[in-house]
Amino acid sequence: MEEVLFFVAAIGALGGAIGVIAMRNPFYSVLALIVHLFSLAALFLLLTSAFVAAAQVVVYAGAVMVLYVFVVAYVGGGGESAWEPIPGQRFLAPLLGIALFIELAVAVLSSSLLALGTDGPDVPAGFGDPAAIGRLLLEKFLVPFETSSLLLLLAAVGAIVLASNRRIEEGDTSS
Amino acid sequence: MSATAWAWLVLLFPLLGSIVIGLGFKALPAKAAGAIGTIAIGLAFACGVAALISLLGEDPEARHHASSLWDYASVAGLDIKLGIFVDPLSVFMVLVVSGVSTLIHLYSYGYMQSDEGYHRFFSYLNFFVFSMLLLVLAGNFVLLTVGWAFVGFASYALISFWYRRETATRAGMKAFVINVVGDIGLVLAAFLIFRELGSFDYGTVFEKAPQVFTTNEWTVTAICLLLLVGAFAKSAQLPLHTWLPDAMEGPTPVSSLIHAATMVTAGVYLIARTHVLFELAPTAADVAAFVGLATLLVAATMALVMTDLKRAIAYSTMSQIGYMIMGVSIGAYSAGMFHLMTHAFFKALLFMAAGSIIAAMANDQNIDRMSGFGRAMRFTSFTFVCGALALAAFPGSSGFFSKDEILAYAAARGGMYVIFTVLGYAGALLTAVYSFRLVFRVLHGEPCDEARELIETGHVAHEAPKNPATGEPEDTDVGFPGSEHHIAEQSAPMRVAMGVLAFGAIFAGLVQIPGVDDVVTKFLDPVWAGSPLAAIEPSTLADWEGLGIGGVIALLGIGIAYVLYVARPELPGQLEARLRPLHTLFANKWYFDEAIGFLVVRPALGIGRFANRTFERLVVDGIVTGTAETVRGAGGVVRAVQSGFVRSYALLLIAGFAGLALYFLLSSS
Amino acid sequence: MSIEWYIVLSALLFATGALGILLRRSPMVILLCLELMLNAGNLALVAFSRMVGNGQGQVFAVIVMVIAACEVVVGLGLIVAIFRRRLPLNVDDLRELRG
Repeated sequence: MEEVLFFVAAIGALGGAIGVIAMRNPFYSVLALIVHLFSLAALFLLLTSAFVAAAQVVVYAGAVMVLYVFVVAYVGGGGESAWEPIPGQRFLAPLLGIALFIELAVAVLSSSLLALGTDGPDVPAGFGDPAAIGRLLLEKFLVPFETSSLLLLLAAVGAIVLASNRRIEEGDTSS
Repeated sequence: MSATAWAWLVLLFPLLGSIVIGLGFKALPAKAAGAIGTIAIGLAFACGVAALISLLGEDPEARHHASSLWDYASVAGLDIKLGIFVDPLSVFMVLVVSGVSTLIHLYSYGYMQSDEGYHRFFSYLNFFVFSMLLLVLAGNFVLLTVGWAFVGFASYALISFWYRRETATRAGMKAFVINVVGDIGLVLAAFLIFRELGSFDYGTVFEKAPQVFTTNEWTVTAICLLLLVGAFAKSAQLPLHTWLPDAMEGPTPVSSLIHAATMVTAGVYLIARTHVLFELAPTAADVAAFVGLATLLVAATMALVMTDLKRAIAYSTMSQIGYMIMGVSIGAYSAGMFHLMTHAFFKALLFMAAGSIIAAMANDQNIDRMSGFGRAMRFTSFTFVCGALALAAFPGSSGFFSKDEILAYAAARGGMYVIFTVLGYAGALLTAVYSFRLVFRVLHGEPCDEARELIETGHVAHEAPKNPATGEPEDTDVGFPGSEHHIAEQSAPMRVAMGVLAFGAIFAGLVQIPGVDDVVTKFLDPVWAGSPLAAIEPSTLADWEGLGIGGVIALLGIGIAYVLYVARPELPGQLEARLRPLHTLFANKWYFDEAIGFLVVRPALGIGRFANRTFERLVVDGIVTGTAETVRGAGGVVRAVQSGFVRSYALLLIAGFAGLALYFLLSSS
Repeated sequence: MSIEWYIVLSALLFATGALGILLRRSPMVILLCLELMLNAGNLALVAFSRMVGNGQGQVFAVIVMVIAACEVVVGLGLIVAIFRRRLPLNVDDLRELRG
């Protein structure tokens, strides 16, 4: 049962990823990413990380993707021309992508981490629960927690600055 | 105050004068600059007199002091101090130099009045006097070289004073280059001295030299020969003399000061100062004596046929310095220095009078055009005759006593040195002839146009200024030479200066009448204490015999000149026609310039051309430009990576990461 | 399923995201591909957290989500700003920083 769920979710994730990079219309790419994110949430559940899965759906697929949808609606987005200005890019890119995948896979599979071949140790019941994560966030990882909230604040301010209605001067392309 | 303190003041005043005039040339009015310059040297002379008095108050044996301001270089066995050495010889030179310089400054005060470069002139002149005083007061070979080089520079600056004249600048460069050759000799000699004796200081060197060197050892001979190179370049002896006639491009006071009384005597001073070394190398001393003799005769022949007034007097200087060099080389130290003193007087006087005459001629220096100034310019003529009498060694004049003292010494030394006496008298005959040739040609006879104008209107000739050598018109908008010409009769400072020198030229000999008094010899004796050569003294009888022969020769020479130029004026033309090859040789200055040009200048220019065209262009430029081109090319290649495409940057990033991962995977397997 | 399956899947997703960055020209899609890569990293983190048996990897993943959110905010703000200035939304045409 677990294997079936894994493969379904994996195919969903992979399909979504390929959809992101292959679709001409950016809106369709956003939709593909949403599918991908849901599949990842399913995978997280399979790894008994309930809180992360929930956060993935609520935060990522729920909030971040909504942002994307808004911007794509505002900006629009046509296709891209077929001509490639950079010589060799069309040839080298897939090559490098495949090389990257093979190297990462080989690095992981041939490592001496024997535990990779198992399903993982037996975990207590509350593993991956919000309570467990919360406890970790507030006890052991308090500083990263607070720092990341600060970072969120900065990002919000930055967004406001970037999108403010400043007067656009003629020819001011390098402000 | 001690003698050394006065000596430091002697150095200070001219330096201050030069700096003040040089820096304040915009603020100071012309007359003030001239006054400051003259007073500065006058103060130096006064301090020199004070130093003399201070020295005289001491025991003759103890009249040598060294004093240093600070250590100049004290490293690795070198111990060079900024030190002076005060003894009768240096005080004597200080008095001669500063005394004659004061008078020349006074003369320039009037003579250079309408020159735009008045301030520059006095600043340079003061600097020159400072350098010369530094040279004679220096207490070690390093400071001597410093003064030597400064004097060379000052001479260059003053010769090419009217720097818009191409002939003047070329002459200045020629003088400087030949002086540098002499500097090389001096510096190499100093190096050798240090290597052999371990010190540059006079006291140490002269004390240790007799102990370290044996007579005629090759090192001491080499040192002396190198010193001679320096002396000959500075004193315009054969073969390094070609700069002196060209140096007449400078204003007349410059010729009077530098090329008569002071700079050219530096060589004589050098040999006298290092007499200890020369006595240890008799071969070198003999070389010097023969060169002096040769210069004496050759220069006298050249002066016989010169038609340029100042150049004729310049050759006469060369000839007389030949006497002095000869004198101090064979051992007649005091006699040589005495002749230096009297020569300073009468030669400076001759140049001053010549300057006055040239001014009356509107800067034309050709004696073929001059005549009859005796009536037009009485004072100038009088002083000119005084100088000529002293030069010709007329009985009773200063030159009479000084020149013949050298020749008497040579006879007393005997052996080979009698040649010097005989040929020296021959030179004296020639000297008398050419000096009175000048007198009769310029002063006697029917007044030329300029002279007539002067007699009739009292007005000095005035025409558009031309370069006297090439006849090209000159540009006096830059002010020089001045638009006005100043003659002695119309300028009080010039008259005072010339008058004092005329007095000295006639009467200065009275301090060294043999058998009666020998002021100079007695004063200078402690300097040569312990020298076997200085101990040779001709007897009073021999002295008077020499004086007698000298007087006869002088009168004979004057008589010959009278015959040639007054009584039978057609004779010189006939003689010239008969002895044409000889005359051409003399008139072309024995072809020394051409010889040096062929042997030295052309190869040097050839090397320079090769270096510029081939070596510089191919090798040096090639390497430099080649490196630059390589770097630029490499930069161009690297620049192509910065294409601006974000995706190509991403490609490179991922490619780099993939490569790195590959490397780590492979190395850990 | 053993953990290595998840890791290999994560590597595959990561490579896919990288490929997308190299090939696509629209800044929107490039940002989406960046999201892909970040999520692949998240997957790996959670998988390792399961393998080790404590929740630290999951906390790490949550923080990464926060980072990704911030980055998206700024990135989208940039895209809006570019669009507002009527510049072409094409990374190949935005290439003034070059040597």
